[in-house]
Amino acid sequence: MLGLEKKDFRLLLIVIGLTMFAPLILNPFPEGSEMAQFNAGYPDLMQRFVIFGIFAIGFNILFGLTGYLSFGHAAFLGAGSYGAVWMFKLLSMNVLPAIAISVIIAGLFSLLIGYISLRRSGIYFSILTLAFAQMSFALAYSVLTPITGGETGLQLALDDPRIFGASQTATGNIPVPALFGLEMRSSFELELGSWLFTFNTGYYLAAIFLIFAFYMSIRIFRSPFGMMLRAIKSNQTRMSYTGLNARPYTLAAFVISGMYAGLAGGLMASMDPLAGAERMQWTASGEVVLMTILGGAGTLIGPVLGAGMIKYFENIFSKINETILHSWFSFLPDGLEDFVVAMIYPFIGKGWHLTLGIVFMLVVIFLPGGLVQGGQKIAAFFSRKKPEDAKPNATEPAE
Amino acid sequence: MDQFILQILNGLDKGSAYALIALGLTLIFGTLGVVNFAHGALFMLGAFVAVTMSNLLTLSHKVVDNTRTDFLGNPLQIDVPYIYDFFGQVAGDTIIDWAVPISIVFAIPIMVGIGFAMERGLIKHFYKRPHADQILVTFGLAIVIQEIVKYFYGANPIPTPAPEAFVGSFDFGVLLGFDPNAIIYPYWRLVYFFFSMLIIGAVFAFLQFTTFGMVVRAGMADRETVGILGIDIDKRFTIMFGIAAAVAGLAGVMYAPINSPNYHMGMDFLVLSFVVVVVGGMGSLPGAVAAGFMLGILESFASMSAVIDLLPGINQIIIYLVAIIILLTRPRGLMGRKGVMEE
Repeated sequence: MLGLEKKDFRLLLIVIGLTMFAPLILNPFPEGSEMAQFNAGYPDLMQRFVIFGIFAIGFNILFGLTGYLSFGHAAFLGAGSYGAVWMFKLLSMNVLPAIAISVIIAGLFSLLIGYISLRRSGIYFSILTLAFAQMSFALAYSVLTPITGGETGLQLALDDPRIFGASQTATGNIPVPALFGLEMRSSFELELGSWLFTFNTGYYLAAIFLIFAFYMSIRIFRSPFGMMLRAIKSNQTRMSYTGLNARPYTLAAFVISGMYAGLAGGLMASMDPLAGAERMQWTASGEVVLMTILGGAGTLIGPVLGAGMIKYFENIFSKINETILHSWFSFLPDGLEDFVVAMIYPFIGKGWHLTLGIVFMLVVIFLPGGLVQGGQKIAAFFSRKKPEDAKPNATEPAE
Repeated sequence: MDQFILQILNGLDKGSAYALIALGLTLIFGTLGVVNFAHGALFMLGAFVAVTMSNLLTLSHKVVDNTRTDFLGNPLQIDVPYIYDFFGQVAGDTIIDWAVPISIVFAIPIMVGIGFAMERGLIKHFYKRPHADQILVTFGLAIVIQEIVKYFYGANPIPTPAPEAFVGSFDFGVLLGFDPNAIIYPYWRLVYFFFSMLIIGAVFAFLQFTTFGMVVRAGMADRETVGILGIDIDKRFTIMFGIAAAVAGLAGVMYAPINSPNYHMGMDFLVLSFVVVVVGGMGSLPGAVAAGFMLGILESFASMSAVIDLLPGINQIIIYLVAIIILLTRPRGLMGRKGVMEE
């Protein structure tokens, strides 16, 4: 189906199902109940899930396949969102041209940076990409203020030209991003008993892009081109001895992943039409590295899982405060309750980064294949019925 | 001309910090072949040793002073540091004032211990793993260390003053025959510079003139042969890791008065220090030191107003720009050895 093997097609169907029904799945707890704070089915967070999912899928095409660890990918995301906001300012509030231009700008930008950085490999490549990203950040923050808005970021204004649209709405407000009149922030709310589900236009637009991005990444993974990229990861020297030049392949992978980042940036700007320099900072690049590794670099679904997990932690886990903890453990005797809360508190709420760091370290140490590998191990543990299960690894493609 | 000298001086203290961190990074890389992204966190820990020291020294208990009353008419309670009880008020004040230099003494064993624990507990298991894994696990460790420090000390910078004796500035202008106040330079930064030169000199002397250092250098050049000769090179490399951690920690301790420590200062320095290491050449100790000072001085030159007028924004990007140019023209950095990190 669609040029995919059966297994991959099933995976794609699962992703389609998950993204389409995410507003239902992510809101398992009734509104107003004790557990409602764990509901992640509100538009803002769901949009972030899919946008960072796209970002991580793209990063995985570079890092997961070729092994080139870029520490500057946020620069492309930032460039993409600047491009999109400029389209909103100059053309119209339609999101399609904005997203298209953000992909193009990020592609060109990554072509430039990739062309230079890919002359080196290993740590040198990481440092070069880091240097370029930090340079872009510093420039966007200071000198390029006329283009980027500097410290305040690039925002829409009432006197923007918007040649194909209205500068302002009839009521004198700044128009909101829309897809042919369908506003990104408009939502359809469905009340079922005490459950409240929100179906947001912007989320579904982003989700469609995510599905498309995921499909493309499956195709790339299974293509001869993807095989070449894996060859670069496993042994670049041998590859060049067989008469193949690795550079065009790595550059293509770099540009593709840069375009994914640009797409994510464009979508981000479409959901909330502003762009700031801090999106380019190296901590943002580090975040996508965390997402990809956590989920499983080199696997198809891993980066999406990683992105979802980190964003869930960031938005839900971090909201748990001491009072909530006390209410959870109130069934314990007083002294024990205080002790348990004191033990748990550093790891959640504001300290969620600590949990993230620990989980990340554990994943790198014990599960180099990320959460996906962990899932496979658990699955293998439970389905180990046939003793000849241990297939010789030699027949597996090296990943 | 005076501007010129001033900028060189300004670059020296930042350059010293870069050089010290880069030196430690290179020591670890040259001996163990590990890319340590947690090195900035060690620098930050050093700074927080100084913070802890001054907190500990000012630890106080309440004493009721019956001769004075507060605004409610109750006897006034005043905080008296425990240190007064041991040494008396005058000596106690001096000790509190000198908290930062005193913490050097404590920082060395603490940082060496942390270094040992890190190497034996975590990094040992990553020798055979790819460099990307090493970068990632130490990056994770850096996050964990940062968050622990943030939990205990909060997110705000903590001012840690230098001793009273070093407050104020030294007037270089008079010394060199310029107008007074043309070139003034804070004493503490001068101290920092000489201190870092001392440490750098000590590390080099240790490697150059002791048997231990000779073995370590031999191990850096050819680990297997040294091992075959019956020398436990791993143990020596662990000790070098401890020393590298101590160097980063001392750099942090002394930097605390220059920039109030906060939990992410390490990351800010780490990124630049990595650039420094790569510019100097992976695995080259003199290269790391030279590149550290060079980039520090270049950075302060680029922030001269005349230069900024000419090339706006150059002060923000000069280090990265130099790094890119050097990496593209001299692939191994300024003094890099052949065959390091090129797989």
